[in-house]
Amino acid sequence: MAKQFGLLARFKDTPDLFHAAEKVRDAGYRKWDTYAPLPIHGLPAAQGLGRSKVPVFTLCGGVFGFFIGMFMVWYMNLYDYPLLVGGMPFFSPIFPFPIAYETTILLAAFGTLIGMFVMNTLPQHHHPLFNSEQFLATSSDQFMIAIESSDPQFNNEATRRFLEEIGGTDIQVIED
Amino acid sequence: MATTTSNLPTCPAQAELLDQIRPAEHKETPLVGNNRDFPWVTEKICTIVESRVPTWWWVAFVMALFTASFTGVGLVWLVSTGVGVWGLANPVNWGWAIVNFVFWIGIGHAGTLISAILCLLKQGWRTSINRAAEAMTIFAVVCAGIFPLFHVGRVWFAWWLFPIPNSNAIWPQFRSPLEWDVFAVSTYGTVSALFWYMGMIPDLGTLRDRATLVLKRGMDETLTPIQRKVQTTIWTLRKYGYGIFAMGWRNAGNHWRNYEMAYLLLAGLSTPLVLSVHTIVSFDFAVSIIPGWHTTIFPPYFVAGAIFSGFGMVMTLMLPLRALYGFHDLITQRHIDNMCKICLGTGCIVGYAYIMEFFIAWYGANPFEEFAFINRAFGQYAWAYWIMFSCNVFVPQLFWFKAVRRNAAMVWIMSILINVGMWFERFVITVTSLANDFLPTSWGYYSPTIVDIFTFFGTFGLFSVLFLLFLKVLPIMPMGEVKFVMPQADPHGHGFGDTAQGPNSDSKGGAH
Repeated sequence: MAKQFGLLARFKDTPDLFHAAEKVRDAGYRKWDTYAPLPIHGLPAAQGLGRSKVPVFTLCGGVFGFFIGMFMVWYMNLYDYPLLVGGMPFFSPIFPFPIAYETTILLAAFGTLIGMFVMNTLPQHHHPLFNSEQFLATSSDQFMIAIESSDPQFNNEATRRFLEEIGGTDIQVIED
Repeated sequence: MATTTSNLPTCPAQAELLDQIRPAEHKETPLVGNNRDFPWVTEKICTIVESRVPTWWWVAFVMALFTASFTGVGLVWLVSTGVGVWGLANPVNWGWAIVNFVFWIGIGHAGTLISAILCLLKQGWRTSINRAAEAMTIFAVVCAGIFPLFHVGRVWFAWWLFPIPNSNAIWPQFRSPLEWDVFAVSTYGTVSALFWYMGMIPDLGTLRDRATLVLKRGMDETLTPIQRKVQTTIWTLRKYGYGIFAMGWRNAGNHWRNYEMAYLLLAGLSTPLVLSVHTIVSFDFAVSIIPGWHTTIFPPYFVAGAIFSGFGMVMTLMLPLRALYGFHDLITQRHIDNMCKICLGTGCIVGYAYIMEFFIAWYGANPFEEFAFINRAFGQYAWAYWIMFSCNVFVPQLFWFKAVRRNAAMVWIMSILINVGMWFERFVITVTSLANDFLPTSWGYYSPTIVDIFTFFGTFGLFSVLFLLFLKVLPIMPMGEVKFVMPQADPHGHGFGDTAQGPNSDSKGGAH
């Protein structure tokens, strides 16, 4: 038999998934996730997940963007080719502000998108779950929980029974 | 605890009375009509992409392509001859090109307002219109970009606008608002596209999963082998085409958590961005010393006008789509009401700005400023001024009436009038101040040439081509977000009456 990825269970609706997620969290599982066609309010907490780390990437992008904008104007209009306009100083932090403002937002936005990909470990075009027809229906209207066999607490029989207890149906073994 | 004890009923009659008290029921029109469920939403949006395109689409597409060719003709004419073929004549060196640029950029602003500002304000009704409005933003920026690009005259040197080392070893001059504009508009286009794409990832995942399912289950047995082969190829292309851009999205709780945070951050970044873009566009005028341009009211006035015109365009696009695709349960009367009210509000701000400009022109006691405004309203371009004033200030006042807001045909016509009015606003601002400048000897009457008209007319075709392709190829509404505002999305089973799911679905709405 091929290596097993884990067990996939289906739940009836949003409240069922929400309460089941709380139970999986309380049972102490580590390597598992919920799958739903929409973001559910409060589900990350019910899964025991903390605050997302994406803002760190945004901040780094924004700070870098601001300095790169200011540096660019300083380098181009003062250092590399001093450009005298109306007897004004070659550089001051005031006139390039709109430029730095835009580069701040530009790189912060790129940081955010990259942060989202990094934190979600995407792109990841292949995943064992995609082999399950039942799983593919998730993106339309199904609610699922998958507990991975790499979880230290995972036991094929016990975990299956546990998933049944918390209301899971159509429990399926996902091959790796 | 002490307060709780003292609040306990003291006599049986009071207890009986308290027992009868129920919390007030908050009646809110649902954002998705007819108690639709999740699969219905998925089917509705995905089948538009997956099924054959309707006949009207082809008719519209061919017409749009034909219209777009006018821009092509106009630009070839311009580049092969020189900017002299435009109606520009000193001192009117900014004519239709700048008017059209500001017009299109302004239209884009409603898309960002819907996707970013309304997201920060937690306005659930934005969900069903936000994807199409963001698409509108990007396509409007594409149309807007054409004008300044070709306005430089020798378009093959347009890259000098960007800080790219060139053979003359000269860099851009960063003190100019025109250079700020280059950064503002290109950042705006890029960030809007990023935001649009990121919001689309879960939906692309859905389309990929549906295609994978179809392929796994095999094609319809009744088809001929060739048809089956064609169908298999189409679905395989879909699976991989959407799959590549879905980046392996799995709808996991962890994915949604990071996605929602990223979405919120992008909304927070786009909000100051959209305000800065039209502010900087207005700086193109306000930083000069031309009477009628040199005013501090310009940034807020331009931003309000941009949102006003953008919502006009959103309604111009969404009302026909609603009728053609039968989106009445997704774009409900509540959505239309809200959009009308935003038009009314921003229209009033614009009207206030028009009047305040006049007041300041008089109160500032600058004879040139005073002349510029009297000349606007009663001079040679008075006709344009009054078209602008009536379309932007008088027309939206009809939105005070519920009967008007409920009449889709009327709302649609008004939305077009708003677009017309806002184009004239930019025309009045740009042209009246230049045509009658400080030196009466150089005064003249600016009119566009056929090349100006061709180029502008064609951009509507270009915009429509892009929008029609968007309708065909990409999910037109964010399914996850629409589902999020439905009662079934509530993890505690609260909902609207019997539409709620879960253990409380048979009790009255929100009873527990």
